[in-house]
Amino acid sequence: MGDGFLSLRNVSKGFNGNVILNALSLDVKEGEFVTLLGPSGCGKTTTLRLIGGFETPDSGDIFFEGKRINDVAPNLRNINTVFQKYALFPHLNVFDNIAFGLKLRGVSRAEQKKRVEEMLELIDLKGFNNRSIDSLSGGQQQRVAIARAIVVHPKVLLLDEPLGALDLKLRKEMQIELKKLHDSLGITFIYVTHDQEEALTMSDKVVVMNKGEILQQGTPIDIYNEPQNAFVADFIGESNIFSGIMKRDKYVEFFGTAYDCVDVGFAPDEPVDIVWRPEDLVLLKEGAPSLQKAESLLHGRVISCLFKGIYYEIMLEVEGAGNYQFMAKSTIPTEPGSEVLIDIDPENIQIMKKSNIETLTMQKHRFLHDPNKSREDAPDEDE
Amino acid sequence: MKTNKAAAYPYLLWLILFTAIPMLIVFYYAFTNEAGQFTLVNFKDMAEYSVVFFNSFRLAVISTVVCLIIGYPMAYAMSRLGKKGRTAAMILIMVPMWMNFLLRTYAWLTILENNGLLNAFLSAVHLPELHIINTPVAVGIGMIYNYLPFMILPVYNSLERMDHSLIEAARDMGCNSRQVFTKVIFPLSIPGTVSGIIMVFIPAVSTFVISKILGGGASILIGDLIEMQFLGGTYDANMGAAISLVMMVIIALFTLITNRIDRDSEEGSVLLS
Repeated sequence: MGDGFLSLRNVSKGFNGNVILNALSLDVKEGEFVTLLGPSGCGKTTTLRLIGGFETPDSGDIFFEGKRINDVAPNLRNINTVFQKYALFPHLNVFDNIAFGLKLRGVSRAEQKKRVEEMLELIDLKGFNNRSIDSLSGGQQQRVAIARAIVVHPKVLLLDEPLGALDLKLRKEMQIELKKLHDSLGITFIYVTHDQEEALTMSDKVVVMNKGEILQQGTPIDIYNEPQNAFVADFIGESNIFSGIMKRDKYVEFFGTAYDCVDVGFAPDEPVDIVWRPEDLVLLKEGAPSLQKAESLLHGRVISCLFKGIYYEIMLEVEGAGNYQFMAKSTIPTEPGSEVLIDIDPENIQIMKKSNIETLTMQKHRFLHDPNKSREDAPDEDE
Repeated sequence: MKTNKAAAYPYLLWLILFTAIPMLIVFYYAFTNEAGQFTLVNFKDMAEYSVVFFNSFRLAVISTVVCLIIGYPMAYAMSRLGKKGRTAAMILIMVPMWMNFLLRTYAWLTILENNGLLNAFLSAVHLPELHIINTPVAVGIGMIYNYLPFMILPVYNSLERMDHSLIEAARDMGCNSRQVFTKVIFPLSIPGTVSGIIMVFIPAVSTFVISKILGGGASILIGDLIEMQFLGGTYDANMGAAISLVMMVIIALFTLITNRIDRDSEEGSVLLS
């Protein structure tokens, strides 16, 4: 055990009798950009705090470079953290904040000056040496916090929703800067966020968590295109998720009709969850050539068509689907009330093993009560 | 922008009536003699009381230092307690303050007097009796007891408000427990500590009740001196006003200097490193 760079083995952690992490195991490779992604309270911040040494696991082990580090104090780990609210020292100026770790390590004054200047250059805050922390904007504070953490050359940098307090435009810029920083420094980044877009943009590996467990981990493309269960599909991007029955290989039945798909290996008549990404739905007029067999296509009626900038978000009532509404994204507007046929490339139908009730309730909530609820509304706080 | 200036008039009137005019009266008396003629003789004659000034300041400084030595660790310990513990500690500190100041001081008289509680206890355990009452030590004890909460509360406030993530950040950057205190916690508590020092020092340097009750008139302090000029046998309102004025200037200087230390620490010139 502990042969990898950084490994968590069956780590459990609870607070006041509530289980936060349940036998979690995770491997991080050296130099990787790993994102822990999940809703509030999924245990992602706790996982980060365990790696940073601010919490001790109730059971299980944490290995770092082959050594068990469960009880190693944070100051003795070669791991640094960028905190959610930056936690810059208000009594020190920009220079002294960045030099803080260097001073503790007994680095000479000349060397301190050189390395802090390098950092200020890197974070584009040259000449800010004597500025007080209060006088900096959120984005600048953020960059100082990152500089303070990386100036001591840690092996691992932990980032706890570091962009959560920034506005959208700045957040996008910082995402790119962070990614660049990661690539140029070669430091392992472990990044916590509830923003799926952020996770997909920056990471080498995305780890989707819920209720203290890892649901799926993989490259952003794998996670998006091949979600292993309804929760992941729902959490990453927007999805139409509904139940069906796998009649036989490459043929799935739902809402009184059946479509061709490409999935194999399910038992005959096995109940499954079906995921259609809204951008994969093709809305056809009667008689147009289709990807699926024309006679099996679902009949839909457009309820609403909202302009979203680069696409239109179209909500559809579907014959046989009852209250369940489909969402499609299209660059072509469709008049509400118009009748359409719903087509989809068999490749784009994602079939998953039936998941537990909890995720289905979540779907219900999402589609029946508030179909337009966006993921961005999730609160920042974790645990 | 139109502001309702009229709302400030009553306050202004109050300030003029009860702050500005009395101050002018003090000035007037300090620089005149009984006949109302301008003179500096009050300040010249004050030199004979230099021992009183020295004793007062010495006692006030000692009391403030002892309050800091006792109060800071207490405030620090309080800020580490859980929510319930903090409330309990706060009540324990506040409740005695709701009791009358004189009563609390007289209580110390019964403890410290020659046949008081302390000596009764000492003789019961066959230890030599102590003669504390009517000495500067008794006055010092009285001051420390009465003014300690004024040290604890501002220090506690500054420690309690501190963002816990700063402590974690310090650990994260490589501080051991001692360094977390010297490099982050203490510097950040300097504003509270400075208020505590001012809030203890000023009443301590000008007290007269405590020295009267526990010092028995043996050690006269500035407060007693001023009182004597107005109520005692040596009635001399001009001298009393002059002493008050000198005290005011000294306290103002003290406050300025202490605040300066506070500001410098915020600007990053490190006090402890």
